[in-house]
Amino acid sequence: MNRISRRKLITAGLVTTAGASALAAAAKLARRYGLIPPDGGGLYGPGETLTYAAQRLLTRHSLAREFSPAQVSKPPFANAVAPLGDAFKRLQEGTFSDWRLTVDGMVARPVSFSLGELKSFPRRRQITHLACEEGWSYIAEWIGVPLSHILEVAGTLPQARYVVYRSIQRHWWESIDMADALHPQTLVAHGMNGGELPVAFGGPLRLRIPRQLGYKSVKYITRLTVSDSLKGFGKGLGSASPEAGYAWYAGI
Amino acid sequence: MADSVWVSTSASAAPAKARPRHSAVVRATHWITTLCFLALLVSGVEILISHPRFYWGETGNVLTTPLFKLPIPASRATVPTGYGYVLPDQNGWSRYLHFQSAWVTVLTGLLYVAFALFQGHFRRNLLPARADLSWRALSTVIARHLRLRPASEEEAWSYNALQRLTYLLVILVLFPLVIWTGLAMSPAIASVFPAAVAVWGGQQSARTIHFFVSVLLVLFLLVHVAMVCLTGFRNRMRAMITGGGRPQMGSEYEQDLTT
Repeated sequence: MNRISRRKLITAGLVTTAGASALAAAAKLARRYGLIPPDGGGLYGPGETLTYAAQRLLTRHSLAREFSPAQVSKPPFANAVAPLGDAFKRLQEGTFSDWRLTVDGMVARPVSFSLGELKSFPRRRQITHLACEEGWSYIAEWIGVPLSHILEVAGTLPQARYVVYRSIQRHWWESIDMADALHPQTLVAHGMNGGELPVAFGGPLRLRIPRQLGYKSVKYITRLTVSDSLKGFGKGLGSASPEAGYAWYAGI
Repeated sequence: MADSVWVSTSASAAPAKARPRHSAVVRATHWITTLCFLALLVSGVEILISHPRFYWGETGNVLTTPLFKLPIPASRATVPTGYGYVLPDQNGWSRYLHFQSAWVTVLTGLLYVAFALFQGHFRRNLLPARADLSWRALSTVIARHLRLRPASEEEAWSYNALQRLTYLLVILVLFPLVIWTGLAMSPAIASVFPAAVAVWGGQQSARTIHFFVSVLLVLFLLVHVAMVCLTGFRNRMRAMITGGGRPQMGSEYEQDLTT
């Protein structure tokens, strides 16, 4: 140990102090600019925060790749879903004419839209990639209302930071930050590959967030809640995914 | 051998202060990377078994003809594997651990490369001397490896040409490639750098290459550990842990190491 010179000791001290201060400053900045994900605590918090912060800084305005009609996967793969309950089946018998999407929380005008009203809204068509965290993927054309339009109609309050969305399948709920909620490619989708959105693919209504993995694109959505915090939702980790061990942010 | 001059002089006139076999930065980054690599490997295998099929191009799923599939059971019932059972889903923590370890690997790697460039580590310790790159010189080294001959005395102190080429391949080709193809699978990264995906021909191609590069890295790990065992496990481990590790150098050097 006597080989450690004074200069080395001073240098090591300075480097450690500088590193610790830089970390503290970075954490403070990250908190101020909303770069810490709701599941940013715990053992994997540092990695999750680095991923979310880095990707948010890089991708705030980037557009997911769009493909040509020739690249649409034929046939697409419908992942397995949990059995759909009686409530869903009753709506299905009525060809979903009674399906409603409720928008509440921090909005000026809480509102509930029927499927027909949503279909009369301006629509966007996009051919994008859907990648599952398991490793498989397909390309499809998605048709739907940009979520930003629905939020505009409901009048999002300025303090809004997240949009929580829920499925008719109670166990499945997710949330996204405003960067994704207001992103032009984030759709409340009601159509696929030129037709209606099939039930196996989330019909009559699902979210599509092409810059995140498939599990963020919740099927059979019934409710959007705008909020400034995710603390009051479930265990406060942002969505059902972290509660089941999966990351809240799924851009990677 | 570029460093053999130093070795021969040191034997006769031991330097006032012994230079460690591996510098502190190399030792620290080596073990951090080792730990991360093992975490990446375990979590990577866990993620892989949720879909042990590989494709080429942009898309691939169980309705698509795979490029190849691994003959292992899967952790998802939707994947036809031929096995009558489904393994438990471990993707949640595996993905958290995979990306956290990847971050530490990348940051450690950046520190290592910055140090290596600054201190001349690449030039001095890893770039092979031109004379050692002749086919004749290389074939001698390869032949000696194939016959499992013990390493010569100076090789405990400096890398031979084959080692240098292997380490450069791992550091400058395989690691950047595995990081790149890993990032190319991210839908958010693909939205910012679509060309990083397009050069591989699509996200499924990137996934397939990610798998093959990982296999090469595991092969490297196996050979690397086998060589450490064959050429003197204790000395090599000591060199990578404390920096020392040459008891043959003489008592004066030994004292230097232990102080």
